[in-house]
Amino acid sequence: MSALNWLKQRLPNGKHALIGIPFAWMLLFFLLPFAIILKISFAEADIAIPPYTSLVEWADEKLAILLNLGNYILLSEDKLYIAAYLGSVKIALISTFWCLLLGYPMAYAISRSSPSMRPVWLLLVMMPTWTALLIRVYAWMGILSNNGLLNGFLLWTGLISEPLQILNTNLAVYIGIVYAYLPFMVLPLYANLAKHDQSLLEAAADLGARRHTSFWRITFPLSKGGIITGCMLVFIPVVGEFVIPELLGGPETLMIGKVLWQEFFNNRDWPVASALAVIMLLILLIPIVFFNRAQAKELEG
Amino acid sequence: MGFIKKFSFSRFMLIVGLLFIYVPMLVLVLYSFNASRLVTVWGGWSTKWYAGLLDNQQLMSAVLRSLEIATYTAIAATALGTLAALVLTRIKHFRGRTLFGGMVTAPLVMPEVITGLSLLLLFVAMAQLIGWPMERGVVTIWIAHTTFSTAYVAVIVSSRLRELDRSMEEAAMDLGAKPWKVFFLITIPMIVPSLAAGFMMAFALSLDDLVLASFVSGPGSTTLPMEIFSAVRLGVKPEINAVASLILLAVSLATFLVWFFTRSTEEKRKQSVAKLEALERASAAVRLGPEV
Repeated sequence: MSALNWLKQRLPNGKHALIGIPFAWMLLFFLLPFAIILKISFAEADIAIPPYTSLVEWADEKLAILLNLGNYILLSEDKLYIAAYLGSVKIALISTFWCLLLGYPMAYAISRSSPSMRPVWLLLVMMPTWTALLIRVYAWMGILSNNGLLNGFLLWTGLISEPLQILNTNLAVYIGIVYAYLPFMVLPLYANLAKHDQSLLEAAADLGARRHTSFWRITFPLSKGGIITGCMLVFIPVVGEFVIPELLGGPETLMIGKVLWQEFFNNRDWPVASALAVIMLLILLIPIVFFNRAQAKELEG
Repeated sequence: MGFIKKFSFSRFMLIVGLLFIYVPMLVLVLYSFNASRLVTVWGGWSTKWYAGLLDNQQLMSAVLRSLEIATYTAIAATALGTLAALVLTRIKHFRGRTLFGGMVTAPLVMPEVITGLSLLLLFVAMAQLIGWPMERGVVTIWIAHTTFSTAYVAVIVSSRLRELDRSMEEAAMDLGAKPWKVFFLITIPMIVPSLAAGFMMAFALSLDDLVLASFVSGPGSTTLPMEIFSAVRLGVKPEINAVASLILLAVSLATFLVWFFTRSTEEKRKQSVAKLEALERASAAVRLGPEV
């Protein structure tokens, strides 16, 4: 009987299965791959299948582990890669700022609208995120090109005499990123602003504060959590963005996602692509941890 | 006062923002009916680009493949995401909880090029070690899509689970129902709207993904976004306008329907809760009546 009890305690019960299934999946398909990326980043490109050398060699009864630092040295010496990292961070910072500038008033307006209208506004803001990003970016190609709609309109009004080059410049990349990521800024900001206690604002008004003052002294500081989540949701993925700089950007647009893609698909240099990914992860590690902390608080309630 | 409120700065920005979001899509749909092959010159109304789509075998098989992968992804991600949400909201202490929380939420922000490359390297390493997967295709794309859409489902479902009134579950447990029975008969029906939303989200994410699929697909398993991307790279084309408009239309319609139905079930639920509360108050009043 006691043996049976012992067995019962050792065998996985419902709770363990509940934790185990998603845990095992994420461990295998999310965490383990990062270890492999790290491993391959120390390999050398090789003409073979798969196209990299093995780290561990067994010859003459000697076990040799070869860590090739060449990829990292290449990254630190080649100006192109450094410029791409800096370019990515710069583009991500500037577009996050613009998303906040445009998204904050939008979220504020939704949170102050009548309760029956709120879900409608939210749906209108969120609907595009359900449709393909690729298509929404593609729509801008038709608008921004030299003989596109925007240039046609500007020529028609007589503001310009010859078409402006907008497509394939950084300006187009900024427009595309703000366009694609705006909903991800509005949603967490709205979630935060909708929770605010209105009696604080009433108290401030009773004490003679103007709406302008009470916004900057009460509402804005209280929405810090929403601002952080929104900015992280925009900044982190934009650093590694590929589709938007590829379709809207030009030769001057240096972004690390694009460089990684070219190393992998065009040059078939898997180890250098891996090293690029490892460095990108290191840059994003602090923001990601920051985001995860905020999200954990949110998930636990 | 009402006038000022109506035309406040933030309201103005909301309208500007929504125009910014919707005008490009409307332009795209409008130009998909353009008869002229020159994309910027209006040559009158025509539906010939739509008719031409059906003859495009390559495109059609990509559409079917994408829909197949999206269906599998939505099913798996809804199941996994719901389990993850249950763990995160209901089990407060276990070893590795922080790690688990991190793994569930990190895919929300992880750049796709990193996830795609790392999963491809995993599949290659697995093929060397255990001989699977020998060929990359629908299954590997499905795994990649499931992994990252699980995070979205978990966030949607856990926000519902957190605000759930647990008295029903507790009552059933008190009456001796097994935990799994409580889960399927009581918890699941109460969170159905969020499951539907999660399912839709996973479906849409899978249908939309270009980067992950490009990394982990093999020869002959081109998805619709990959097909569109290779065409779009060379510039704007009327055929692509037509496909894009159809996708926009289908997704908007589906989103609206899901939103509409979840809202109406939500309202019904709130109404019945309100009725129940009123009933409770009434009966309490009757019971307390003589004493008050």
